[in-house]
Amino acid sequence: MSKLIVSSIGPASSVQDGGRPGSQRYGLTPSGAMDRLSLAIANTLVGNEPFAAAVEIGPFGAAFTAHCGAVRIALSGASRSADIAGRPVAFDSSATLADGETLTLGFAKGGAFSYLAIEGGIAGEPMFGSLAVNARAGLGSPYPRPLQSGDELQVQSASGAAERRIELPEQPDAPIRILFGPQDDEFSEDSKKLFLDSEWKVSATSDRMGYRLEGPVIKHLHGHNIVSDGTVNGSIQVPGNGQPIVLMPDRGTSGGYPKIATVITADFGRFAQISAGRAFRFKAVTMAEAQAEARKFAELLHTLPDRLRPLESLDLNLEALSAANVAGHAVNAVDAATWQVAESATS
Amino acid sequence: MAASQAPPRLLPSGDSAITVEFSRDIDDAANRRVLALDRNLAAVPVAGVTETVPTYRSLLVHYDPVHIGFEALGEQLLGLAQRPDPAAARTRRWRIPVAYGGEHGIDLEDVAKTLNATPDEIVRRHVAGDYRVAMIGFTPGWSYLSGLDKFLHLPRRQSPRVLTPAGTISIGGVQTGIQCIAGPSGWHLLGRTPVRTYQLHRDPIFLLEPGDTVSFTPVDAKTFAEQDRAAEAGEFVAELVAA
Repeated sequence: MSKLIVSSIGPASSVQDGGRPGSQRYGLTPSGAMDRLSLAIANTLVGNEPFAAAVEIGPFGAAFTAHCGAVRIALSGASRSADIAGRPVAFDSSATLADGETLTLGFAKGGAFSYLAIEGGIAGEPMFGSLAVNARAGLGSPYPRPLQSGDELQVQSASGAAERRIELPEQPDAPIRILFGPQDDEFSEDSKKLFLDSEWKVSATSDRMGYRLEGPVIKHLHGHNIVSDGTVNGSIQVPGNGQPIVLMPDRGTSGGYPKIATVITADFGRFAQISAGRAFRFKAVTMAEAQAEARKFAELLHTLPDRLRPLESLDLNLEALSAANVAGHAVNAVDAATWQVAESATS
Repeated sequence: MAASQAPPRLLPSGDSAITVEFSRDIDDAANRRVLALDRNLAAVPVAGVTETVPTYRSLLVHYDPVHIGFEALGEQLLGLAQRPDPAAARTRRWRIPVAYGGEHGIDLEDVAKTLNATPDEIVRRHVAGDYRVAMIGFTPGWSYLSGLDKFLHLPRRQSPRVLTPAGTISIGGVQTGIQCIAGPSGWHLLGRTPVRTYQLHRDPIFLLEPGDTVSFTPVDAKTFAEQDRAAEAGEFVAELVAA
């Protein structure tokens, strides 16, 4: 066994996997990765099951050090500068930390969460079949809370398998698709039109329970209290102030605000990656379209292993350079500060 | 009788869940139909259904659209919604100890004043209730009970509390509830129970099921403290009166 030591880490970073659905009838929220596709990509690159436990890393920088042996990893999701002992590491490729080496990550760019998968997964005691952190319910392993500097993850020693990359379809920068309902009849046609025609921003007060949106006020027809009913990932509820909240994997299992619409399954991860302050729009689709997209999304998750390719040195150079964005590092003072903290913490 | 009931509304909750809505209000008859559909769906599983979440007025049915589409599942759910309740006669009945008032129920005095009654009268009426677990939700083990005495119906607090203790027994609107883990609440706190409706490393982890019936028994502070220690060690301090 090797260890991966968390040398430094920011808030909103935790061990997540496919979550623990099945007990929502008892009020237990499913938790799990915000962006399941990125989790699956990172895991697939190191030969894990797609929804094995990995580290979900929030917007800030982080550093991890291999201990007692080499550790093979892969990164996916929100890109950021990444290097192992000074060697640039590309996203959507596997890489190996030799014993004692440190993986250093900068701030997230163009997204909110990155996923760090480790070959063989993370050792822990599953509760309800999952290691995913749900701090409020005291669940999550090896730590039932977000990760902190100094934490240690027990992991498998690197197998020495050849490194790989993965060929992925382009992620469109398109509107977030929604299905109206279940309570869209609590809103006028004008309110629904305003919801679709407006530009929205994700508020900085958002978290794994819900993303608060900032935009025009969406008015209710009959007030903002309904009798609580069940929620799903992507439920868009509208509280009294008319500013929608999109429910995320740590949501309450029931809620008492009218839900105007629901983000479709295929777009949920893309929505979760919208960082605070970035503008986006919604687009309504039909049930037939949404379910066709959900099936295509399931097919993509299922066929990720077919997209693996050997990592050649040419790929490494080109992709690593673009992903590492070395120039960005040099000019970004905040990033540079993180870098230094990480390095001093590991030396 | 079943055939005369209006069919529920099928509301899309995205592409992977249907809200089967029996009523827009808190309605005991609707809640019974929710629980009956839930039991019928458990007895006759539909391929593709992954999880169900009963609430006061609707059943949320999660499903995998790779296996079944909205229309096909909706049709099956409408059929199952007309079936009689397969388990109505086999209700579990729990007796749950509660320490009322004082430090355990900091709102008891205020509730009594607001309702122009004595604290004893409030407790007497709350204990006299025969409650049913209408739904469990919000946080693990938070059990919403129907059957609250009309005299005790009271609007929620103007400003919710950020943190209320584990085991809180409270009233809000037409409901009473058992809160398992510490958390925010806008309800009026009448007392605390040592019973853990959610406890890791105990079998079962979740004590109550939607549809169970519940009554409360007043206990003094000393008994509460003893039972709280026993419950912490994993013992059952709720009494299963009938199954």
